[in-house]
Amino acid sequence: MTTVIASPTQEEHSRVNDTAQEIVEVSGITKVYPGGTVALRGVDLAFPKGKMTTLLGPSGCGKTTLLKIIAGLLDATEGVVRVNGKEVSGPGPERAFVFQDFALLPWATVLTNVGFGLEMQGVDKATREAKSRSYITKVGLAGFEDNYPHELSGGMRQRVGLARALAVSADVLLMDEPFSAVDEQTRRLFQEELLRLLAMENKTVIFVTHSIEEAVYVSDQIVLLSPRPGRINRVVIPGIERDGKTPDEIRREPGFLDTVEDIWDTLKKYLDEERMV
Amino acid sequence: MVFFGVRVPAVFSLLIWCALWEVVGRMDAVFIFPPLSAVLVKLVMILGQNNFHEAAIISLKAFSIGMFWAVLVGVFLGFLMGRVDAANKLLGMWVNIFASAPLSSLVPILMLLFGFGETTIIVTVFLFAVWIITLDTYAGVSHISPSLNEMARSFGASKWDMYTKVLFWAALPEILAGIRMGFIRAVKGVVIGQLLVSVVALGAMFSRYSRSFLLEEFWALALILFVFALGISSMIGWVERRVEYYAGARM
Ligand SMILES: Nc1ncnc2c1ncn2[C@@H]1O[C@H](COP(=O)(O)OP(=O)(O)OP(=O)(O)O)[C@@H](O)[C@H]1O
Ligand SMILES: [Mg+2]
Repeated sequence: MTTVIASPTQEEHSRVNDTAQEIVEVSGITKVYPGGTVALRGVDLAFPKGKMTTLLGPSGCGKTTLLKIIAGLLDATEGVVRVNGKEVSGPGPERAFVFQDFALLPWATVLTNVGFGLEMQGVDKATREAKSRSYITKVGLAGFEDNYPHELSGGMRQRVGLARALAVSADVLLMDEPFSAVDEQTRRLFQEELLRLLAMENKTVIFVTHSIEEAVYVSDQIVLLSPRPGRINRVVIPGIERDGKTPDEIRREPGFLDTVEDIWDTLKKYLDEERMV
Repeated sequence: MVFFGVRVPAVFSLLIWCALWEVVGRMDAVFIFPPLSAVLVKLVMILGQNNFHEAAIISLKAFSIGMFWAVLVGVFLGFLMGRVDAANKLLGMWVNIFASAPLSSLVPILMLLFGFGETTIIVTVFLFAVWIITLDTYAGVSHISPSLNEMARSFGASKWDMYTKVLFWAALPEILAGIRMGFIRAVKGVVIGQLLVSVVALGAMFSRYSRSFLLEEFWALALILFVFALGISSMIGWVERRVEYYAGARM
């Protein structure tokens, strides 16, 4: 697969600033699962428009739960989610989800899969296919329109999932460990492509990952959650300067390494606490 | 199939059994086995008979109607059980019992309820086929990956879209397997039903042949039925293979 990766320019990735408009707001979210597991307790968060926010935290701290509540796939026990200032109580066209396990229709071609969201919105076939084709090209899958998911590699499948989410033109992309099922090399390629696509499409992204390095590399803001019940522990703003630097140079920057180290220290404390119990 | 280290096509084994049948038949050793060649002659003869045509049409009609309802009801019940927990708790046990129960013993009761005619046969076919279709559909529906469901919801799928564009296709391999097995049971159902009701169609022919020791005709008729069942079942199998490519890749 050959996709040209343009390095993002400065205005595409300016730092989070205070004047940024907040597109998604989460306030007082508590989630108690049937059976009594308290997954989240009193979570307040704001997601600035056009920025990439990462949720980072130990396994089981409620990252997926929070993302699904924002997506409207799960109901919160308490609290509200506002998107563009409006309270939401279910999935909506302004949000699109990218699934960890891709969630592609195995009986449908890449073209049909990418057009699924549009199909659900009642977009006619011709428009749907044209739009799907353009996004298939954008994610670097041109030529695979008529292939089936089982004929694609894990990395390619996730591109399909990404194209499907982009095709519905939602403002907010919700991604739950989208790259966890692909190898490191593909993963890095993806990170670049994601940054490039986000710059072009001006999306707000809420991203869940287990990789600190990935979080620091792609995020405008990182939200560190405490172990269950998940609470906001810290919000870190990496502020990586990208202009003119290669990905490898960025990863060797002292600023980058310090942020990774800093977050690792926080997470390590959780692990130590867990071990002592 | 491998014989003494040599690969032989599967039809070969069929030919061997046919030859064995012919030899045993010619030896006159076991009286219930007339030679295959004699059976085949009778088979051609029966296929040309008017009363066979009538019997076949009556049976086929009862069979199709029963099977039609079995598929409709079975798929519906399977979906209901797979999607609604209460329905599963309420029906699950009964469906399992009926799927494994010796249903032939129910036919006399059905005769009391529906009389000695076509209705009883249709109901028998239905009862023989419906439970396995329900069970397989249920298995298919309950194994649909939850994230596919969430995916459809997140893109705003309506209930109708959810069923027709996601759930149905996701469960299709199991549904087809259920229909194929239900179909084979339905063939049994139609014959057993007609045998017990005994005055109807193929069942009447079977009982007349066996009563009068017309064993060549008896086997010929059995062979026709066998080939019919095998034919349709491999047709469904063919459709099944067309969806098999994704059956394993759904999770
Ligand atoms: N459907 C459910 N029913 C009951 N408990 C659940 C359910 N889903 C999740 N949980 C529990 O809620 C807690 C948070 O789960 P969640 O999946 O949100 O964590 P996570 O941060 O995404 O973890 P990971 O990093 O392993 O993906 C976990 O302890 C989990 O066991
Ligand atoms: Mg998770």
